[in-house]
Amino acid sequence: MRWLLLKDLQILRRSPFLVGLLLAYATAIPILIGLALSGDQAKPAVAILNEVPRSQYKIALGGNSVNVAKYSSRLYSAVDPIRVKTRSEAFDKVRSGEAVAALIVPQDFTTKLSTGVEQPTVEVVYNAESPLKRAAVESLIKARLADANLALSHKFVEIGAGYLDALLKGGTVDVGGTRLDVLGLRNARGIVQAAIASSPRDSPLRGPLAQVERFAAQATLGLAFSNGALRSVSSPIAVRQTTLQGDRQSLSGYLVAVAVTTSLMFVGLLLAAGLLALEREENTFARLVRGLVSRTGLLVEKAGLTALCCVPVGLLMLVVVSLVAGALDWGRFGAWLVGLVLGGLAFAAFGVAVGGVAREVRAASLLAFLVALPVAFLALVPSGAVSPALYDVISAISAVFPFKAALQAMDWGLNDAEPGFAGPAAHIAVLVVAYLALARVAIRRFA
Amino acid sequence: MALTSERPAPGLGASGLTKRYGEREALRDVTFEAAVGEVVAIIGPNGAGKTTLLSMLAGSLDPSAGEVRRPPGGLGWVPQQAAIYSKLSVAENLRLFARLEKVDDPGATVGRMLDLTGLGERADDEAGTLSGGNQQRLNIAIGLLRAPDVLLLDEPSSSLDPRQRDRLWAFISALAGGGTTVVFSTHNVAEAERYADRVLVLADGELLFSGGPAELERTVGGDPRDFEAAFVGFLSAHGH
Repeated sequence: MRWLLLKDLQILRRSPFLVGLLLAYATAIPILIGLALSGDQAKPAVAILNEVPRSQYKIALGGNSVNVAKYSSRLYSAVDPIRVKTRSEAFDKVRSGEAVAALIVPQDFTTKLSTGVEQPTVEVVYNAESPLKRAAVESLIKARLADANLALSHKFVEIGAGYLDALLKGGTVDVGGTRLDVLGLRNARGIVQAAIASSPRDSPLRGPLAQVERFAAQATLGLAFSNGALRSVSSPIAVRQTTLQGDRQSLSGYLVAVAVTTSLMFVGLLLAAGLLALEREENTFARLVRGLVSRTGLLVEKAGLTALCCVPVGLLMLVVVSLVAGALDWGRFGAWLVGLVLGGLAFAAFGVAVGGVAREVRAASLLAFLVALPVAFLALVPSGAVSPALYDVISAISAVFPFKAALQAMDWGLNDAEPGFAGPAAHIAVLVVAYLALARVAIRRFA
Repeated sequence: MALTSERPAPGLGASGLTKRYGEREALRDVTFEAAVGEVVAIIGPNGAGKTTLLSMLAGSLDPSAGEVRRPPGGLGWVPQQAAIYSKLSVAENLRLFARLEKVDDPGATVGRMLDLTGLGERADDEAGTLSGGNQQRLNIAIGLLRAPDVLLLDEPSSSLDPRQRDRLWAFISALAGGGTTVVFSTHNVAEAERYADRVLVLADGELLFSGGPAELERTVGGDPRDFEAAFVGFLSAHGH
């Protein structure tokens, strides 16, 4: 076994193109992931045409000065803004693809806003060259406008609440630029109570005054709840998140786990399948199994060597991702290794089964690609994305292949994610035994 | 059909060897023995079962029925197509198989095989860069690493030029002279007549004849100097 291992390593060493590809794979992919995670490329470029004169950025609402620019900055922070000066320039940016969309804020925007009655309108221009892009841009712009709307409505509610507070407690309010002193319901009620107390018992005014006092009491009580009610109107639905399954791990950590698992899949699958099929292609299989090494021993050697190769390749990927994006917890280094070994073993065993079935290196490579991609896609389908019955079928298919279990093991190794270590490890152990058994049957056709 | 030669001290024996692939029988109830130092040729048309028989004798293919009796001193196997690692050098191939065969002194054995095959000058060249003939020499050398009691060769001269073929047969004859039993398959019936002590005629997985080349000629009759014609006539007489 030792000599076979050394021989395969020697063959790998003499295949610089293959080793170069493995190393390039292990470094290029994580650099791309790292750049995607650390850069601001996620922000789409949006052309912004702001026709509002600078002097009208601030509007007066209920005696408050509101700087609209503060709210528009929320929108701009979520995109990569390209300032333009004319509508045609905005259209050109979208047409050329430099910007995914253009946002045009009209000249009368703040004037209409300041009336508190008229609704200002912003214009969004985008290229609908593909349904995917259109959906993404629409979703982005709507979400960002909703944010800005919400922030403004909070401000309006705050101003409205100020009015109500003045009505309740009394004070000074600004109406259309005129400052008014408001007595307030509580003060009015006090005055009415005093008037009732000072009037003779048989005064005909006592009845009406008592009615006014009761109204003031009821109105005071009602207005005391008005602030809370207004806040509810501005944000009618509050969200409290409860996670039933899985945990609240970061998206970037999960993406790294997916990327590393996908890379392990290709490296493990292609290497193991190729190494086994090569023994047949070089006609050495028949020579080896006539007493020099057992068939099972040969399979274990191929799977073991492949898993060993997967570990440094995966580790290199993780180190590069960590250096570029810094998204990983080095305190879990030991768990990284365990995840890599489990993933490597799972794909290596799958690879020897593929190599045993395909029997030729080229056919094995092709089969590995044809099988690997759908298996990975299936394993990534989340529950709820398809009907429950179809999801059950997908889950059953995924369970037969190693991607899902390897991803769970890797996700645990990197992010301490659910379902933890034991489940995926047991799943992989079963798959490894099953795939080796399948390969053992398949290589009966080798000789 | 089972034919047994009456020779003492068999170097190799096969009894009732059968190989089935589903419904198809690639080899049917083949029994024979080869004595120490005997050179046995297996001849027959394409698809007769020659490679299947040799693979089962070598142990690289399990029989569906029957058994093989191998000598205690081991068995060397030279498959039809060179079974070598093209990315390893000539010496590395020899060293690897010497270690796997658990040869006592792999270094010395490799040196001896390089001398024997005349590949000493190409020892460090990758096997994949060798000509077909040289690859076959390396292939044979690997089969001889253990200095086996029995050497099995599947069409050993098919990719060799006449000069290399002469050297190969001189070498094999010398091995047989030293007591090594040699069993080889060939399409070249002249080669079988010239170098074999005995021929086994296989057709459609069945052993039709076991005996000396002259015996086969006598069985068929006709021109005793034309072994090939006798062989073809024999097959025709048996419906092949």
